[in-house]
Amino acid sequence: MIEELIENANREAIERVQNSQPTLVGIGIACDVIPDMDENLILHAGPPVRWEDMCGPMKGAVIGALIYEGRARDEDEAAVLASSGEIRFEPAHHHASVGPMAGIISSSMPVWIMENKSYGNRAYCTLNEGLGKVLRYGAYSSEVIGRLKWMEKILAPVLKEAMEIHGPVDMKTMIAQAVQMGDECHNRNKAGTSLFIREMATSILKTSFSNEDKISALEFLNENDHFFLNLSMPACKCTMDAAAGIKYSTLVVTQARNGVEFGIRVSGLGDRWFTGPAAIIDGLYFPGFSIDDANPDIGDSCITETTGLGGFAMAAAPAIVQFVGGTPKDAINFTQTMYEITLAESSTYRIPFLDFKGTPTGIDIRKVVETGIPPVINTGIAHKKPGIGQVGAGIVRPPMKCYEDALEAFVNSLVEEGLIEK
Amino acid sequence: MNRLNELFDSKLKVINIGLHGFADDLKSLDVDVIDVDWRPPAGGSKRMADLLKKLK
Repeated sequence: MIEELIENANREAIERVQNSQPTLVGIGIACDVIPDMDENLILHAGPPVRWEDMCGPMKGAVIGALIYEGRARDEDEAAVLASSGEIRFEPAHHHASVGPMAGIISSSMPVWIMENKSYGNRAYCTLNEGLGKVLRYGAYSSEVIGRLKWMEKILAPVLKEAMEIHGPVDMKTMIAQAVQMGDECHNRNKAGTSLFIREMATSILKTSFSNEDKISALEFLNENDHFFLNLSMPACKCTMDAAAGIKYSTLVVTQARNGVEFGIRVSGLGDRWFTGPAAIIDGLYFPGFSIDDANPDIGDSCITETTGLGGFAMAAAPAIVQFVGGTPKDAINFTQTMYEITLAESSTYRIPFLDFKGTPTGIDIRKVVETGIPPVINTGIAHKKPGIGQVGAGIVRPPMKCYEDALEAFVNSLVEEGLIEK
Repeated sequence: MNRLNELFDSKLKVINIGLHGFADDLKSLDVDVIDVDWRPPAGGSKRMADLLKKLK
């Protein structure tokens, strides 16, 4: 009887994942569009974390956001304000949002608006800043703040008007195409970025902005292979949010890291986080850096793995091993193994090399605990000090404790209902 | 006994379902081994196995 209850709930949850239609509908300013956002609220990646407990890159990104917002003139003022209690910190996930790495979103930042056309829920994410010294890795120099201001004043308005000319973009189809072109939409976004530029180029040209602004916007998109990441992430977020809150479902709907802890949430267990220590990433380090420089795992970007992309879709993206380490055979094995812990094969995201089999989709806490196989996540590696940026990329496994604690809580909830004996 | 001797006189083909160390020892003796990627349910944790059992 219990097993049937769970199976029925998981069937409903996975149907909602499969039927979701993430669609890009526009760009807005965070405080105008993100639910319950205000000027004293800063959103961050991962499960809840206090200012004093944040890791270096996240603190750096908070400092940068306060300078960007004009709330502080320098690092010292920003740190005083951040610790004053005037500024609140909450997970982006609590506000239908996601952010890569530090994942900092403050009130004036432009954000993508992604709508799940099947269920009506929306998700939000900032625009990707590119690589190198960027806010999401904790950099807050004048160069970083200047770029963010340019994104707010030029890039976002150009893209917003282009979106109004173009109309909504079917992100599910675009991700499916990108996967067939060798992306896994977490750490490889070359195809997705190219497809997005192709889709939007003429609409950008039709905007009322100067040629200089239009050219600078197009050049910015073209120079950043990861631009599509901040589109695939909210697409995944609005997909998984549609499957949250289904009683008796053991589906994982959130996986996220704040640089200190890794956390998950489960459909049938409400908004409760189950956390464990964030791991150091096994990967390839850029010249001059080593594992000693690495910050523990950070960012909301593993919402892609939660949806059957990223590390779960690596068989579609063998070239990524040059970035995250390993061999193409490893990439295939990662995907194959993930079928052991998931509920379904994606009906949309298909892998040519596996005879167009759908990617492993929908992590089941029962399967993770039973098999002892933790999800595979490929990810960027941040320097542990703020402002230095990305120092490598690699593969990381979440702590099993998250899934074990969630399983225990799930069983306890059934005991409390009198459905099973203690 | 004769049949057992026959077995050891012929080339051994081994499938190992268990600790990887068994396969490693045989490989070091040039014996062909297929090492099944096996691990005990719930990583051998009785507490987790009991929880899983309650859901079945």
